[in-house]
Amino acid sequence: MNILAVILIIGGVFFLTVGSLGVIRLPDFYSRTHAVGKSDTLGLLLAMAGLAIYHGWHIDSLKILLVAVFVGLSNPTASHALARAALRKGLAPWTRGGRT
Amino acid sequence: MNHFFTITAIILSIVMVLPFYRLVVGPTVFDRMLGAGAIGSKTLVLLTIVGMLYGRVEMFIDIVIAYSLLNFIGVLAAAKYLEKKGIEP
Repeated sequence: MNILAVILIIGGVFFLTVGSLGVIRLPDFYSRTHAVGKSDTLGLLLAMAGLAIYHGWHIDSLKILLVAVFVGLSNPTASHALARAALRKGLAPWTRGGRT
Repeated sequence: MNHFFTITAIILSIVMVLPFYRLVVGPTVFDRMLGAGAIGSKTLVLLTIVGMLYGRVEMFIDIVIAYSLLNFIGVLAAAKYLEKKGIEP
């Protein structure tokens, strides 16, 4: 059972690393919201599932899964609210030719 | 197993430095808010791993729940404020 937990935690840290690289390298604000809202959520879900499996049958495992479910609902909501605020404020999207 | 958790905590601490660049030198104020939210999402996993290392998950998991709620409410309130009366991008 520890092997499954180790595999899940390694996968979660990999997806968190990919999300953090996407925050730096992508050219526009909307692309960065795409990177944060998807990759970070999946990495956190995998890492929390691995930690809950390693901890065993205990009440704290249910609390860890509660945190995972809440973040899986809340992180895309916060990202979408931030992107909608930027769009209504008038931030222009990035295009290849420089024209908006 | 404690060595695996220690190595994972060190790698995650190195990864958390990367959105701090976006928080310092973002072109707009929305980029800085996004970097703060990305740092906060990684802090949850790091805090749970530190609780596993100390053998005291019953104390750390409540802090993780409170931090998750506070991060969500903070980003949402900042977005609603910047939509109405923020500076022009």
